[in-house]
Amino acid sequence: MAQVMCLAVPVRVVSIEGDEAETEIAGVRRRVSIALTPEVKVGDYVLLHTGYAIGVVDEAEAKETLKLLEEIASLSEVH
Amino acid sequence: MKFIDEYQNSELARKLATRLAKRSTKPIRLMEFCGGHTHAIMRYGIRQLVPRTVEMRSGPGCPVCVTATADLDKAIAMAHLPGVIITTFGDMVRIPGSYSNLQQARAEGADIRVVYSSIDAVEIAKANSKKSVIFIGIGFETTAPTIAASIIKAQKEGIENFYVLSLLKLTPPVMKALLELGEVKLDGIICPGHVSVIIGSYPYEFIPKNYNVSCVISGFEPLDILLCIDKLVEQIESGQPRVEIAYRRGVKPQGNKKALELIDEVFKIDGADWRGIGIVAQSGLRIKQKYEHFDADSAFQLNLKPVKVPKGCRCGDILRGVATPPECELFGKVCAPEKPIGPCMVSSEGACAAYYKYGISYE
Repeated sequence: MAQVMCLAVPVRVVSIEGDEAETEIAGVRRRVSIALTPEVKVGDYVLLHTGYAIGVVDEAEAKETLKLLEEIASLSEVH
Repeated sequence: MKFIDEYQNSELARKLATRLAKRSTKPIRLMEFCGGHTHAIMRYGIRQLVPRTVEMRSGPGCPVCVTATADLDKAIAMAHLPGVIITTFGDMVRIPGSYSNLQQARAEGADIRVVYSSIDAVEIAKANSKKSVIFIGIGFETTAPTIAASIIKAQKEGIENFYVLSLLKLTPPVMKALLELGEVKLDGIICPGHVSVIIGSYPYEFIPKNYNVSCVISGFEPLDILLCIDKLVEQIESGQPRVEIAYRRGVKPQGNKKALELIDEVFKIDGADWRGIGIVAQSGLRIKQKYEHFDADSAFQLNLKPVKVPKGCRCGDILRGVATPPECELFGKVCAPEKPIGPCMVSSEGACAAYYKYGISYE
């Protein structure tokens, strides 16, 4: 499969063991390194890039962005 | 899939586009730095969704594409050394060097293995202790800390036959180089989301300040990109360029501290050779002396022939945003994904490959 180098996919952390975590996305499980995200907890979503979790997804910010998108979209009706 | 599906809502996308058309009054030119953005923009038809006032250019953010021919020749020469296993990300094997490519080297008997992660390369080294395992380290700030972590892992585990050819490159210095060249006038930059997960938003501050160009960091789903363009248009229309994050679920202003520490532990900043741009000062990462025994550059002596660049290929112009793929005479005629002449047609992040796959009729 062709790889997109700067791609990072949000995957859910199922369990943690040392500096590795078991993650899951759409039923697919993968062991990843959490050497770059030592703060991660079970249940968090991390951005997975070439075998490493490079960041933890901020759920509150994700909700805020969706709210903002809805707000901007609603302005499309206004003249 | 969570954090993906909700940012692909087509009805919301259409409304955002309508809003954008009302808001955008003057012609502007934006550059998406990152090849992942180029791919998403073409795939989701975002160029067709945005108003005609918004012109979009692709930038140099495709790690495979910007790898200089000379560096590729080096990787191919290393592949032919006795007792060497080359490990690399997939797209690299088909990129044409001066005289050959890694795929051809493999057909000639070289041991070349495609890996998903630099960790896999460390594992291959562990399993083949009598061979020298070289990992071709391409990528930007997103990938740099992962390679740093793998080098530290190899160090801790006492693995002595693992090497990295570091071709890692840095984003803000090449943005500066493009703005200094001034070949293409830009009003705004769609800044790379996953590079920014690592470096944060502060390293872009010099761009609005010194060049009056707006910077907004974007995620990779269609609504992320539309939100980013909306913010860029707002900034440009109001004449107040600044750095903003439109990918807040992933990017913090300060970046990922741990990842930055690991980059600094293993690498030092040096000049780097970019295809189509040349040597850009302070734009690359080399392995520090402390970790020199992992540095493929100092471990292997090579006899290299002079570099040859394919005739007529405008990959360099495309990487600088000076030309779009259809403006290249080879595009879609002699150069296509099955038989690529230049790297921009090989990599899935390359602008030519994205235009060929999703938008050949658009221009």
